[in-house]
Parts: sequence; C-alpha cells; structure tokens
Amino acid sequence: MTATLPPQLAELVDDFAGVGPKDRLQLLLELSMELPALPERYADAADTMEQVHECQSPLFLAVEVDPDAERRVHLFFSAPPEAPTTRGFASIMHTGLDGETAADVLAVPDDFYTALGLGEAVSPLRLRGMAAMLARIKNQVRAATAT
Amino acid sequence: MGLPNDTDSKLAAYAHPKRLVTTEWLAQHLGDNGLVVVESDEDVLLYDTGHIPGAVKVDWHTELNDPVTRDYVDGERFAQICGERGITRDTTVVFYGDRNNWWATYALWVFSLFGHADVRILDGGRAKWVAENREMTTEQPKPTAVDYPVVERDDTKIRAFKEQVLAHLGLDTSKKALVDVRSPGEYSGELLHMPDYPQEGAVRGGHIPGAASVPWARAAAEDATFKPRAELEAIYQQEQGLSSADDVIAYCRIGERSSHTWFVLTHLLGFSKVRNYDGSWTEWGNSVRVPIVQGSERGSA
Repeated sequence: MTATLPPQLAELVDDFAGVGPKDRLQLLLELSMELPALPERYADAADTMEQVHECQSPLFLAVEVDPDAERRVHLFFSAPPEAPTTRGFASIMHTGLDGETAADVLAVPDDFYTALGLGEAVSPLRLRGMAAMLARIKNQVRAATAT
Repeated sequence: MGLPNDTDSKLAAYAHPKRLVTTEWLAQHLGDNGLVVVESDEDVLLYDTGHIPGAVKVDWHTELNDPVTRDYVDGERFAQICGERGITRDTTVVFYGDRNNWWATYALWVFSLFGHADVRILDGGRAKWVAENREMTTEQPKPTAVDYPVVERDDTKIRAFKEQVLAHLGLDTSKKALVDVRSPGEYSGELLHMPDYPQEGAVRGGHIPGAASVPWARAAAEDATFKPRAELEAIYQQEQGLSSADDVIAYCRIGERSSHTWFVLTHLLGFSKVRNYDGSWTEWGNSVRVPIVQGSERGSA
C-alpha cells in the first residue's frame, strides 16, 4: 500500500496506522506544532499564496520547484494557531513531501490519506481538506514543471 | 437544582436570559458542583491545544453524529457521552467553542433534542475568554462517570425533515418563514462547483423557495458575543419581516450554521416555533423534483 509513497510519507502513514484513534489525534496535534513558520520572503506574501478554500479554516500554500534536473519540490504553508487540524494536515504534507522530486510528489496516490486511519478520529468530512491540499500541491507542481 | 442564572443586564434583555452566561459569571462558577463546561469546536484538535480549566470536549462530528446513518446518536449513546463526562440529567451544561459559538450552539441544539433542561451558551465563546486572558489549560479533566438516563430523542419540536419542509411550503405565507443562513453565494446558487474538489456538496444550487437570506454570523458581534437584542430584532424582524409567532424553519448545508440561528430566534428573540432542518442543502439540493429558486430573490414555490 505504501510502496509508491516517498519514504518520509510512508513512515508517517505507518506511524498513524500503528496506533489507536485517540493516539492518532495526539500525533496530529504534535505534527501541528511542528509546522515550520513561513520563511522571510513569504512573510508579507500570505495574500499572494494560494488559499485552499475547501479547508474549513484558511490555509495558505506556496510551492517552489527547483529549476535543476532533479526538480525537487519545496512546500510552504501558513495556517492560524486556532486551526490545529489544518496545521496538522499541512505538517503531514510538509514532513512527507518537502524535498521530494516533482515526479515522486505527482505519484502520490490522491487517496493516500485514507491509510492514515484518521477517518474515525477526525471524521471523513474534515479529511477532505487534506485531499484538497494534495490536489493543490500537485496542480502547482504540474504548472511549475510544464515548461 | 442547577446553578443560579447570570443576571448581567445585556443578557436580561433577551427572551430567555437563562440560556446565556458571561465570561465573568463562568470564571466565578468554575468548579461549582452541578456545572459541567463543554467545549465544542469546528476544529477537532483545538480543545487539545488548551481549554477552560475543567472543561470537557464534545466533538460535533465524531461524537454527536451517528457514524453510519445520517442522523444524531441515539439515547443510549447520548447517555454514555454525558455519563462519562460527569453530566447528570440535572447538570447545568455551559457550552462554548470557536467561530462565534457556531459549534457550541450545534451541540446545545443536539442536547435539546434529548430534552436536557439546563443548557447555556458562554456569550463570546472561546474567543472572548482568550481575549480576556482568562485561564486556559491543556490538563485533561478526569470526571467521575455518572449515570445519565437513556432518553429518547424528540425530533418533533425543534428538528424538521424534508417532508415537513415540503409541507411547510404550502402554508399561508403570513404564518411561516424559512431562513437560509448560508453565504449569499450559496443562496443564489453561484457557489457550488469548487475546482478539484467534490465538496460535501449538492448537484443543484440555489435556495428553498421563499427563504429569507440571513447569513448566520450576522447575529454575532465583533467580539463573538451575540448582538444585543435590539440589533437582532432589527435584522430578523424589521429588515427580514419575520415574526415571533411564525412557524420558522432554518437551514444551511448540513444543519450546523442554522443551529446558531435556531438559538438566536428561539432563545434570544423568543420565537415560539423554530425548527432546524439538518438535512439542509446537502439533502434538498440533491433531491429529485423539489422546487428550487436561484438568484438573490426569495421567490415562491
């Protein structure tokens, strides 16, 4: 199942799958606290970053792809502290995908998040925010690598 | 039984002042016997980042909804949810939460389906408590489990189903009102198809014929408290023409935002018959051959 996932993401999926629903929530909470702050160059640019409207709380997302042959992807997120679930989802994306190649990011199955087993702890409805996040990341990666 | 009411003068002007408490009242009564404070948020993790000391969490999605049928939990499960949080049938339950108490009023509405008598909202919710630098903690309370009776849910008084909304369309217009509490874009039908994403959506956009458009958050002030009674009357009664004797049905997309409006109309303005249609647009907008109006006019069936 996790064979096509980048190693860090596969490890996260295993971490989540290995514990019960309550501990999954705790894990998500810890991840939410580890979401890195925006770098200086994006500090004033929150309005120029893409907003993922489907998330219940505002989340801003920027994607950079290295211009060299490897085309590694860098992800930048911003979400308010009063939206820890959204921050947790963003942190999963950041931990799991930041620094991976564009091809590997695009190869992540759109429904990979079902393997996290968060449906019971967080509810399927809320999980859709994560699906939307991955879709936006892929769109931006495609756009950046199209030329 | 139960705790004394908050006698604050702003609250006193509302139809049912006993349904609200101020942050000051709560700060003075925290820890009192017979009181349980419940946090209910949109964000399932927010409580865990810090909450009012002693408060327990009830999650609207994973706890108040039945996991299989699109319905609320049954009496047995509700009794379990209450009992393990130290809530007895006589407990004064004060709800608070994020986003102008949106989810707190939803939880209160579900508790009301089970006829829990003493339910109140913390005016201003989590935002006001935090803004006033009042105490917050990450310490999880460990309530002693108590017995809560298994009570059958009463869906007849404050909840409406699709068939009842259809019947409601046929009532004399002078005696009824429908309130659509979604955003103007959802009301007109423009907002429906979101790029890349199925949403919890509907296949048709628009609103139920005759529905007044009053986005729910208009009832909230900047500091997340409810607007004073006179301001609420100006919106719902003077501007929208609703009357406290009307047979009112409120709806949104899945019935959560409309529970906020249900609270405002019922407890703050004293409307005598208000029902929340929790099927809301995700049911109506997907139903075959029900009438729909698009655009910004109310229209008629």
